[in-house]
Amino acid sequence: MTAPRTLYDKIWDDHVAHRSDDGTCLLYIDRHLVHEVTSPQAFEGLRMAGRKVRAPEKTIAVPDHNVPTTTGREARIDNEESRIQVETLDRNARDFGIHYYPVSDIRQGIVHIIGPEQGWTLPGTTIVCGDSHTATHGAFGALAHGIGTSEVEHVLATQTLIQKKSKNMKVEITGTLGPGVTAKDITMAVIGATGTAGGTGHVIEYCGEAIRALSMEGRMTVCNMAIEGGARAGLIAPDEKTFDYLRGRPHAPKGAAWEAALAFWRTLHTDEGAHFDKVVTIRAEDIAPLVTWGTSPEDVLPITATVPDPESFAGGKVEAARRALDYMGLKPGTRLADVAIDAVFIGSCTNGRIEDLRAAAAILRGRRLAPGVRGMVVPGSGLVRHQAEEEGLAQVFIDAGFEWRLAGCSMCLGMNPDQLAPGERCAATSNRNFEGRQGYKGRTHLMSPAMAAAAAITGRLTDVREMMAETV
Amino acid sequence: MDSFTNLTGIAAPMPLVNIDTDMIIPKQFLKTIKRSGLGRNLFDEMRYDREGNEIADFVLNRPEAKGCQILVAGRNIGCGSSREHAPWALLDFGIRCVISTSFADIFYNNCFKNGILPVTLPAEAVAHLMKDAEKGANARIMIDLPAQTVTAADGTVFAFDIDPFKKHCLVNGLDDIGLSLEKVSAIDAYEAQARTQRPWL
Ligand code: SF4
Repeated sequence: MTAPRTLYDKIWDDHVAHRSDDGTCLLYIDRHLVHEVTSPQAFEGLRMAGRKVRAPEKTIAVPDHNVPTTTGREARIDNEESRIQVETLDRNARDFGIHYYPVSDIRQGIVHIIGPEQGWTLPGTTIVCGDSHTATHGAFGALAHGIGTSEVEHVLATQTLIQKKSKNMKVEITGTLGPGVTAKDITMAVIGATGTAGGTGHVIEYCGEAIRALSMEGRMTVCNMAIEGGARAGLIAPDEKTFDYLRGRPHAPKGAAWEAALAFWRTLHTDEGAHFDKVVTIRAEDIAPLVTWGTSPEDVLPITATVPDPESFAGGKVEAARRALDYMGLKPGTRLADVAIDAVFIGSCTNGRIEDLRAAAAILRGRRLAPGVRGMVVPGSGLVRHQAEEEGLAQVFIDAGFEWRLAGCSMCLGMNPDQLAPGERCAATSNRNFEGRQGYKGRTHLMSPAMAAAAAITGRLTDVREMMAETV
Repeated sequence: MDSFTNLTGIAAPMPLVNIDTDMIIPKQFLKTIKRSGLGRNLFDEMRYDREGNEIADFVLNRPEAKGCQILVAGRNIGCGSSREHAPWALLDFGIRCVISTSFADIFYNNCFKNGILPVTLPAEAVAHLMKDAEKGANARIMIDLPAQTVTAADGTVFAFDIDPFKKHCLVNGLDDIGLSLEKVSAIDAYEAQARTQRPWL
């Protein structure tokens, strides 16, 4: 009998192509996702060394980070450097014969949204991308690592990644979420509890009743921010919801292959008694709708709280908190619900899926953006956008006064023209509130789509539960 | 990649915790398709004002940091984005070694791929070296990778741990891809076996 193994142990064991005596392994990669910003130097490296892409059929590319989200972009991208980067990806995809979704394709979108949508992301696989939010794919029980450009080149050339095994960490969310509390609040609550380095060196498996109850979209939101907690990857064991989501997707297996895959996927769970190096348990009932107040994703508080006093922290964090409040233009003791906003951004690989747009639209229906507040909805993919239009959600956003954009990363990182002006404050559904992330001197408060919609209506950070009471 | 063995030089102190890769190199500089030339924009938004003038009291603009090759930083440096532009910018600026109590994983890895040595030390050791760093050219720090030690200006020696394979590659300036391709028969064998076990992939 073999010792009980975690889900991570199982996927790891299945993918070791070579192991050196010191434990350094070549981990075989089943799916390699590529975008325009972190890949040009890798393809250039291949060319210079006269190497090929080892497994082009397992390599999938899409431009998402710096594409404009306004119409006409397939004809022309005005920013020259962005255009060159996108054209470089066009050329590399063609020259090396890899799968490609250009901006003109309705299937184009944020790399972490289209991977699952197209059925590339499958349980028990290894997935890498030159992007830290690759963790998203862990929602399907796939081991998904964000990597740097040198590693992108390594995977292109060898279809393997040099890795040592990480430690196992279990994050269990027990019980049931209250009304107005979402997957985003779960993932922010975990980072709030463990810090941005709490997961360093670990692969997190999320489990517990509240995780099981989430949709696939919600699970992707949870795993997406595993990296914000410092983890090497986030995982959720696949179940019937996972299989239902994947059935019939373009690149998911079909027929007999589907049946064989399904039988294998059902073995992908942590065995009873398997060892975890670290365990964190949070009660779902203790999670309130959260917002960030500072410039690190660990700076989270319930919307009912007040801005903290930097002196209340310990160690190096005092200085960081002082700097954060200064940057954010906030004073200790201010009620978070009194903080006025200038902009609302709904989108990103954290919350740019159909369910997120439904949640925001449910709050916005029949209401309008507060005067002076600018609102932007950027669907995560062309297909999400299309579906939202079919379901009438797009009209809800437009009627509420939001801009309805084309798919891309957009104001999540502001590499394209979608940026905050200095000092502008934004209620955002993305994943990073770093200094300058959404624009030079821009101020970001992270929250769920429903919370962002609530803030849009009142023009200040708002407890969505109050709005929900009004709707009933 | 350049090899790394010994380095004696001055350090710049950045005691801030959670220095993220957006700070190290803001996104507007990720539009390049090259690896070179990013040093000018290292810590851009902390280093320059909106008009492009140097902010005098930012550590890298201070005269005592001139020519520094070492950065001593607060915990969890390199968190956030996977952008390798962060180590490219550090390297292009001249930084060959970063010392902290902890590093974010992807950034840590990315340093090695570019000939930068990330050194993890306990809090007291980092505090000691941070003091040296504050003295600029009046305090030189010595790093000996083969011996795995950092020697502070007053002669105190701190030993550090490092993965033997990563050390080997850095000391010899080895190209990972070349090394891995030597194991191509193992990869071929793995692929053949995976095709029968998980044919749907
Ligand atoms: S949406 Fe934001 S976090 Fe996600 S891949 Fe794009 S830039 Fe990165």
